[in-house]
Amino acid sequence: MTPDDRKTLYRNMLLIRRIEEALRQLFADGHVPGFVHLSIGQEAVPVGVSSHLRDSDTVSSNHRGHGHTIAKGVDPSAFFAEVLGRATGLCKGRGGSMHVADLSKGMLGANGIVGAGLPITTGSALALKIRGKGDIAVVYFGDGALAEGLLHECFNIAALWGLPVLFVCENNGWSEFSPTANQVSFKLQALAKAYGIRYAAVDGNVVTEVADGAGKLIDRMRKTPAPTVLECATTRVRGHFEGDRQDYREAEEVAGLDARDPLLLARRAMTDVDAAWFDTIAREVEAEVAAAVAAAKEAPLPDISDITADVYTTEEVRA
Amino acid sequence: MTEVRFMKAVNQALSDAMEADPSVILMGEDIGAAGGSFKVTRDLLDTFGSERVYDTPISEAAIAGMAVGAALTGARPVVEIMFMDFVTLTMDMLVNQAAKARSMFGGQGSVPMVLRTPHGGGLNAGPQHSQCLEAWFAHVPGLKVVCPATPADAYGLLRAAIDDPDPVIFIENKALYAAKGDLPDRPEIPVIGKARLARAGTTATVVSYGAAVQWALDAAETLAPEGIDVEVLDLRSLQPWDEAAVLASLSKTHNLVIAHEAVEAFGIGAEIAARMADIGFDELDGPIVRVGAPFAPSPFGKTLEAAYRPTANDIVAAIRRTLD
Repeated sequence: MTPDDRKTLYRNMLLIRRIEEALRQLFADGHVPGFVHLSIGQEAVPVGVSSHLRDSDTVSSNHRGHGHTIAKGVDPSAFFAEVLGRATGLCKGRGGSMHVADLSKGMLGANGIVGAGLPITTGSALALKIRGKGDIAVVYFGDGALAEGLLHECFNIAALWGLPVLFVCENNGWSEFSPTANQVSFKLQALAKAYGIRYAAVDGNVVTEVADGAGKLIDRMRKTPAPTVLECATTRVRGHFEGDRQDYREAEEVAGLDARDPLLLARRAMTDVDAAWFDTIAREVEAEVAAAVAAAKEAPLPDISDITADVYTTEEVRA
Repeated sequence: MTEVRFMKAVNQALSDAMEADPSVILMGEDIGAAGGSFKVTRDLLDTFGSERVYDTPISEAAIAGMAVGAALTGARPVVEIMFMDFVTLTMDMLVNQAAKARSMFGGQGSVPMVLRTPHGGGLNAGPQHSQCLEAWFAHVPGLKVVCPATPADAYGLLRAAIDDPDPVIFIENKALYAAKGDLPDRPEIPVIGKARLARAGTTATVVSYGAAVQWALDAAETLAPEGIDVEVLDLRSLQPWDEAAVLASLSKTHNLVIAHEAVEAFGIGAEIAARMADIGFDELDGPIVRVGAPFAPSPFGKTLEAAYRPTANDIVAAIRRTLD
């Protein structure tokens, strides 16, 4: 990994962090309809994984999907417009935070149903394997999704058929409002082993570790399609959703989160980079986010007369 | 023109669609080497190979979800769910994913998948292998639902479903699999959403689909000697359904019966009756009468199941009621 690669990783994480922080404020100020689940503290996972992805690889995400989306190369302006429910949004304001998708970038959608991305990604991997160009499909899921039965079905089929699915588990220790230790009786590593699926674990808050780990796995998957599990230990700083006061978390656990901040850890490791660079990058990213937010706030609201337009594909689109 | 069995027409449609479009793949339990529970996919594995025809594990939810993901990635998957009763296991993938993707993603793409599944009784298969659950799907914006009554339509509608850019639930009535009918050498591919006039008449209209179309035709023959001339409309597609054709027929006969094998309550017939009571109110000379199964699970025992399923006699009685 070159110094420039590290800088890119850092910048991409910072972009996601600033986007999430902007959304936190926008939500608090009443600009964001619906539910918002922020990924502050988890930025290193999608940034590290996506550093080895191309547009023709596909990604499926979950309710905490902003980082996955931005890391896959989705335009922040179109993203903000969607999350703010605007006509200019990626999904014309019909999807919102939990359903952001950009098929042109291989981003097959965030998802409001826990574990739903697992079979979608497994099927996408089947189509990619048939296509035979070495593309892979990535699914991001949390440790809460380990309790979903579809995980078993998908591990089984992906292993049987040698499908190029990268199962990325972002293990933040929380299944919504409950400790995962009270929800899941097994270790993911042991489960993967039972299916004969390759498994690797990384510190999900150290972006270089995620990137290196994912890179090795993805290289192998492109040459020989096979399912692979990457478990990333990470930290959910905010609540399950914005507005969640997290009364159920111990003060000690929350106090320890700052020291695990992926941006802090990355910056500390970049000893060869001077402070001026960090200042410059911070200004650039903040300006980019501010511009995207301003554009989204100015964007028109969708018109209800359009509501049935895309329920089915029109004859015009078919032609 | 060749006379073929319904199941052969489905098989031929799959084969021709796969021939025409290399992105069409099949997935389902025992559809490959075993040729399917009802032998509908017989020989397709041999013809097209294991990269096109996938024998899946017994994982209905994953199969349906994989079809969504494959469809979003450029494939045209055709999934078989062995019995319609098993669609309960696929519901999240159909209702929350396949049906919603296009609208929810702002029209960016679509989910060109087909889910084939057999419904209906007559095999004494009991409460978990006999149900007609099509109304559930017709209630979900984003899904199309078709249910052919003849081999020709089984062929044509399946070709149309596979060509369709949106998710289609394709329902095959088990009792029709062995039924014979003409399949033209160059079959017409119908537009999904158009009804078929199965029998022209002037006294009363029976709207039906699937296996019940034949029961309606039988009822019409029973009543013909009395001078009761029954028109039978085969809906073919339940979502979208051909409202204009039903209204036109009602405007001609002024009496309407809707017959299906599914449970009567909250069924397809309820929607049609409600619409016609609204937009066709001035045309009605009698009550709109529905024929469907009683509000009970489909029973196993031979005599019980026979009594449970609607018959031509039930349709005859319904026609007499509306004409009274």
